[in-house]
Formats: sequence, structure tokens, C-alpha cells
Amino acid sequence: MGDHSHGGPKSSGTVATAGQGEVEKFQDPGLPPHRPRLADKDPRAEKRAERQVAILFVISVIGTLLFFVGYFAIRLDETISTLRLQNFTLGMGTAFAMLGIGVGIVHWAKTLMPDHEIAEERHAVRTEEDRQIAETMVSEIISESGIKRRPLIRNTLLGAMILAPLPAIGILRDLSKDLNPDVLRHSMWDAGVRLTRDPDGTPIRASEVTIGSAFHVIPEGLNEAEHKLEEKAKAVVLLMRLNPEDLQVSPGREDWNYNGIVAYSKICTHVGCPVALYEQQTHHLLCPCHQSTFDLTQECKVIFGPASHALPQLPISVDSEGYLVATSDFHEPVGPSYWERG
Amino acid sequence: MSASTSPDTYQPKTSVGRISNFIDTRVGASSIVKEFGRKVFPDHWSFMFGEVALYTFVILLLSGTFLTLFFDPSMAETHYTGSYVPLKGVEMSVAYASTLDISFDIRGGLFMRQLHHWSALLFVASVSVHMLRVFFTGAFRRPRELNWVVGCTLLILALAAGFTGYSLPDDLLSGNGLRIIDGVIKAIPLIGTYLSMLIFGGEFPGTAIVGRLYVMHILVVPALILLMIAIHLFMVVVHKHTQYPGPGRTENNVVGFPVGPVYAAKAGGFFFIVFGIVAVIAANFQILPIWDYGPYDPSPVSAGTQPDWYIGFVDGALRLMPGVLGGFPFEYVIFGGYTLSLNVLLPALVPAGILFGLMFTWPWIERWVTKDNREHHILDRPRNAPFRTATGVAGVVWYCVMWAAASSDLIATHFHVSLNDVTYWLRALFFIGPIVGFMVTRRICLALQRKDREIVLHGRETGRIVRLPHGEFIEVHEPLNEYKLHRLVDFESPAVQPAVPDANGRITRTEKLRGRLSRFFFEDRVAPVTPAELEAAHGHGHAEVEETKPKAEVTSR
Repeated sequence: MGDHSHGGPKSSGTVATAGQGEVEKFQDPGLPPHRPRLADKDPRAEKRAERQVAILFVISVIGTLLFFVGYFAIRLDETISTLRLQNFTLGMGTAFAMLGIGVGIVHWAKTLMPDHEIAEERHAVRTEEDRQIAETMVSEIISESGIKRRPLIRNTLLGAMILAPLPAIGILRDLSKDLNPDVLRHSMWDAGVRLTRDPDGTPIRASEVTIGSAFHVIPEGLNEAEHKLEEKAKAVVLLMRLNPEDLQVSPGREDWNYNGIVAYSKICTHVGCPVALYEQQTHHLLCPCHQSTFDLTQECKVIFGPASHALPQLPISVDSEGYLVATSDFHEPVGPSYWERG
Repeated sequence: MSASTSPDTYQPKTSVGRISNFIDTRVGASSIVKEFGRKVFPDHWSFMFGEVALYTFVILLLSGTFLTLFFDPSMAETHYTGSYVPLKGVEMSVAYASTLDISFDIRGGLFMRQLHHWSALLFVASVSVHMLRVFFTGAFRRPRELNWVVGCTLLILALAAGFTGYSLPDDLLSGNGLRIIDGVIKAIPLIGTYLSMLIFGGEFPGTAIVGRLYVMHILVVPALILLMIAIHLFMVVVHKHTQYPGPGRTENNVVGFPVGPVYAAKAGGFFFIVFGIVAVIAANFQILPIWDYGPYDPSPVSAGTQPDWYIGFVDGALRLMPGVLGGFPFEYVIFGGYTLSLNVLLPALVPAGILFGLMFTWPWIERWVTKDNREHHILDRPRNAPFRTATGVAGVVWYCVMWAAASSDLIATHFHVSLNDVTYWLRALFFIGPIVGFMVTRRICLALQRKDREIVLHGRETGRIVRLPHGEFIEVHEPLNEYKLHRLVDFESPAVQPAVPDANGRITRTEKLRGRLSRFFFEDRVAPVTPAELEAAHGHGHAEVEETKPKAEVTSR
């Protein structure tokens, strides 16, 4: 097919050279003629439409009845299947009740109510006459109030109005009794606290941690702690064992692992999701929320994703009974960064 | 005194008449009926989205009220004793337990929960699609700019309503969602830590947050939404509805159906249809099976979880941002001991800020660039405003890239590709996508306009091949009737408005920028066919078969 559009910039008006207002326009032919519908011309079609609307309304009645059948006749027992059946019956009953009415009314409007389009005039949002009247009124109101002539009143009122809402903000101070960011620096871990399994709290022997295995760990006594969830949100730890030669240990951390068993905070340093996925082959830890990836062999350095700093390591050792214990708290705050973290 | 008592000349005969007359003489119902009874509303399928938004909100109010009768927003510890066996005896919050009770022990409770959640998803979706309709048709132009702003505010409120509701059941998903919010708040410089502690009543998660979100969710946010809806609809009445271009439709009239009976019946009936459709979904499609996830616990998390769709773009932005780039972390310790976490702050605030900032100000940006300060009641077909349509698509592409990023892990597992590669591609698309979207959309719009011109000038192809006496074969083109023709020629094609000097004879820097933008937007344009052109096209007979010159470009660049 050839080009029919006269699209060239020089050959036609596609890039109009004349100003917008000067371009001659087509005459508006006005509203298209009304075309009667079948129901307008044929009494039988009209009768049929009427019956259809009535049937739809009857379907709605049946839907409402179905709802009550589902509500009273289906007894919920301890299986999910009766719940599913009841949910289906109540939902479909409601759906038929609603759709019957809705489709019926719309069908009624489209087939039987007049379908002549009407044109209505628009009016200006504001007329110049109204504007003048309003302007006079406002200046009268201002002058009668005297707020312009008495700056002392105006300024003191302004001052009062600015201050008056402040208590409404100040009173929110006690939304939290405690506002000391230092609590974020400390967790339940301390020298001698045993590493126990999450959630049952049984201690873990170093010998139980085989190479390639991973444990979800909480500090001993967490389940009895007063603020259990708050403490847990800071104290959860992942415990894994690698070949000691796979670990790149930085100076000062030589005694933080025990025979290749390492413990790292499970709370992502990005925005705090649990870093719950451990890839045994690559020794990567992956956060399922935003895919921050930490390399266990490089002391959980960030190797991919939005986190900016490594997962804090928990220094561990074993006690006299062979159970894994922490040798201190984390040396830095766990979880997402915050302003005072430093 | 007798003069001040109004003589009731009208005496109703029926009981209905007496009741209406009573009301009329107390509140003046006659004048209301006179004003609105036959008010005309234009009809078009795309005007439905706003109605869907309004109706889903009504469904939310109805189902939400039911849920409040049974939900207990307490984070006190309890042990589950309800009828869902797998969780019997498990330690959980009262909020989570009462959500389980609604699901398993209150008849119809699960249906109401699902109805509420599906309506919420549909509410935000219909608000969004309605806004896209308004944007792409230019309905936000004078005099409706303020109503556009009210609409943008409603979108934000809808997101707030959705998020506060999502966090109420205190299940594992909602708890992890709150944990992410906590992490984002903590990244705010200077006040972030305090803000987080004030919101949560101390350390995360605390025991206050569900109750606090609850009052936001069932009182503050819905009240604000109702207020905004009232303002929104009031302004629709003041402005009268926009209409699509067409024969008989002008800037000075509204063509459509009267409220009574047709429009009221169709719009009223449509409420029941929307309700019915949401009910079908709630009856058949499970949403948020909180019993599968368990109560909130800071330790476990399930892989492949997604936020509700409307939060996805922020979550995706969080995923896309690299925390460390080329060995340099985006987290700095400044002023000797304070942490600035740009790796969280930038993606959480900047894309959403740009999107909403441009959205709120677009009517003024467009007015500034086009210098068009006239009232517009006739909508643009999107193709007839290529600059705007292209800008809108660029925004949608940008949003969708971030949105897709919120599912990067699912994309990777479903299509068996590397998660890292998905992220790298999406990072590239984050920058390239909107640009490509803009260019392609503008070309498509211009091409469609050229196609319209061709149809006007040469009529429709009929598919009938005719052999002329001298042996030539031509396809017969049928000219358009005047109504169809009018639809294709009745639009404006704004021209470049070059920068002009101000009163001092200087071209200011902003004016220069405006001129550049105007050039960028309107350099390439297709003007509507004029009667003279149509005359000329008909004049040289079989123009449609004689044209054999190579395809000329619209662009003059």
C-alpha cells in the first residue's frame, strides 16, 4: 500500500503552517439521527425485554434464598471443606442476588427506557457580575471586622493561632515512654548464654552441628523473657558449619567461630526481614524479602542486593558440657541501620 | 401574624403525596429535583472506572463494618482455642486469634473477609485506572485541575487505607510488612529512630501498633476518604461531566442521558453488578489465608511472598537499589557517628516522590508549556495528544518496572532465570524503559493520527477491486459519512510555542526551558484535515491509487 497520508512536511498540512485559529474547520453536523431499537419498533421485542428483566429479578430472589440455605443448612465441622462449601454458597448467593438486580435494572434501562440523547447547556463556573458582588462583600466584611485597621489584634491573634495547635503535637510525646536509641544496641546475647533451637529452646551441642547444616537459633531463656518478640527481633541467629579453611577470618575475629561453626544475626541489615535462606553449595545467605545476598565465607559481606553492610557476627564458643555458648553480645547493632547507629 | 403563615394552596391526595409534601415544605426537595432530576450525564464505557471506585468503597464500608463487630485489635498474648485444629494451643496475639475466629467460627466471616480484601484491591485498582483515563483524555485541564488534585489525594488515601488494613491481622505476612516499614522509617535522618519508637510504642514490634493502625484504618482514613469523595463529586456537579468529541458535542454543551430515569438506573444498577462481581471473586478465590502463615514471629519468613499489588512499586524500588555499587556502600557514617542509609532512603522516597509530584503538578506543567489556559470540556482522544499520552505511558512503564521488581524472585523461579540477571535487567529498564516507552508511544500516536487523516481524505477501503476501462485495477474507497468524518477531524493539534521575551525584552531561563519543552513536545505533530484538503483530495480523482511517492516522514527534525 502506498502512502496516502500526505505526510510530508512540505507537501501538505500535516505540519500546519497556518495558526490554529485561522485553519478553516469542518461544520459540525449536529447529533446523529436517533435509531430506534428493536423494542421501540416491535411490541413483541418489548414484551420479551420486559420478561427478561423480570426473570433477572427473580434470579436475584433465588440468590438471596441460596445465601440463607448456605448459612443455615451447612454445618461447619473441623474440616476446611465445609468452610469452603459455605463460603462458596454464601458468595454465589450474594453474587446472584446482586447481579440479578444490577443486570436487570441495566437491561431495563437499555431496552425499555428512552434512549434519546439530550443536550444541555454548560454555564460559566463564575460570572463577572458575581465576582464583583463577591468582591464588594468581602471588602465590606473585612472592613467591618476591622482586622486591617487594628494590626495589634491581627498580630496577637496570629501569634495565638500559631501556638495553639502545638499542644496537639506535643501531647503525642508519650506514644512511646522510651525514646532511647541505645536499646537497639543490645540484645539478649551475653557471655555464656547458650545457643538454643528456635522455637523450642533446647540447647545445641557443637557435635550436633555437622558440616553443611544450618540451625535457626534463639538465646537460652528467650521464651520466658518479658518482651519476647522485641528481644527475638534482635536476637535471632543463623548457625552454620563450614570447613574451617573456607572461612576468611579477619583479624580480631579468630576466636569468634568454633571449628568452622559460625553464628550470624538473622535480621537483614537492609530493612529487617529474616535472612532465612541458606544455600549450602555457595555458602550464600539470601533474604527472601529484597534479595540481599551475604557471603558466609567472607564474614557475611554483601555481595548482591540492597543491603549495605554485613550481617553482624555473634562470637561463639563451647561450655564445659559441650554446648554452644555466646562469648559476648554482638559487637554492633543488628538489623536495619538507623541515624544514631554510627 | 396571619400574613407570615404560608398558605398551602397545594393539598396532596395520596399518602405518598402527603409524605413527599411534608419533606418538600421542610427541606425544599422540589428545587433539588428541579436541579438534578433531568441533569444530563454523558455516557462512555471509560467513565465507569470512577463508578467502580465509588462502589467498591461502599462495599468496603459495608463489609468492614461487619468485620469490626468481631475483630479485636489487641496484641495481648493468648493461646488459640478456636476450631482450626493445626493452630490449637499455639501462642498468638488476640488480633490474630480473632481474625481466625472470623474465618472459621463466624458464619459468613470468611466470605466477608475475602469480600473486604478483594474490594480493597479493586478499589485501589479502579482509582488508578480512573486516574489514567482522566490523564490520557486530558480531563484534568481547566476548570478541573483542583478535582484532579483531590483525586490524587484520594489515591494516596486509598494506599493508606489498604496498608493499614493489611497490617491488622498480625499474621506473619503483615508483621514482615511492618518490619519493612520500620526499617524504612529508621532510615530517615535525624528523627527516624524516634519516629519508629513513637509509632510502635517502643521497640519493634511492641504491643501498640495494631490498635493504632486500627483506629487509622476504621476511623481516620475512611473519614478522610469520605470527605474527599464528597468534594470530588460536588466538583463534578459544579463542572458538569466532560464528554468525548463527536458530532453535536461542543465545549458549550453536555450531550447524554438524563439522570432520571436512564442514568440513575444504569449507574444504580451498576452498583449491584460491581457488588455481584466482587462477590463471585470472594466466593471462589482465596485471598490471604492467614492460617497458612501463622502468627507473627520475627524469625520465620516464607519465600516468594508479595505485598498487596499497590504497595508493590515501592517494594520493587527497594529491591532494585544496589546497596553496594562498585565496592562503595550507599550507607555513610557522617558527622562522626551518624548513619545515613541512602540504600533505603533513596528507593523508598524518590521514585514515589517523583511519580506523585509529577502527578499532582501535571495540569500546571502542561498549562505552562502549552500556554493553553482555556476551559476544556471536550476530551482528547489519547492519540490526538501524543506528548501527553507518551508522557503518561513513560510514567506507567516506570511504575510497572518497579512493580515487576517486587516479583523479581517469582519471575526468576517461574521462568528459570537467574534472580541476579532479572534484577540487572530491571535496573537497566528502570532508566531505559520510560524513555523507550515515551518514544514508541509518541510514534504510535502520530502514526494513528496519520491513519485518521488518510481515512478522512480517501475514505475506507471497501475491499472491492474494480477494473477500469483502460485495464487498471483499483480498490474502491468509500467516503465517510459526515458524522464519522467529524469524529476524525474535530480536534486541536497544538503547535510549538517558542520562547518569547518578557516585558524587559529578555528571554528568562524558565521561558527558555518552556520553549525547549514546547519544541520537544510539539515539533512533530499531525494537524486535522481541513475542508480545503478534503476538497483537494477528492479533486484529483483517484488520488489513492496515483500516489506512489516514497513514504514521507511527519517529522521535520
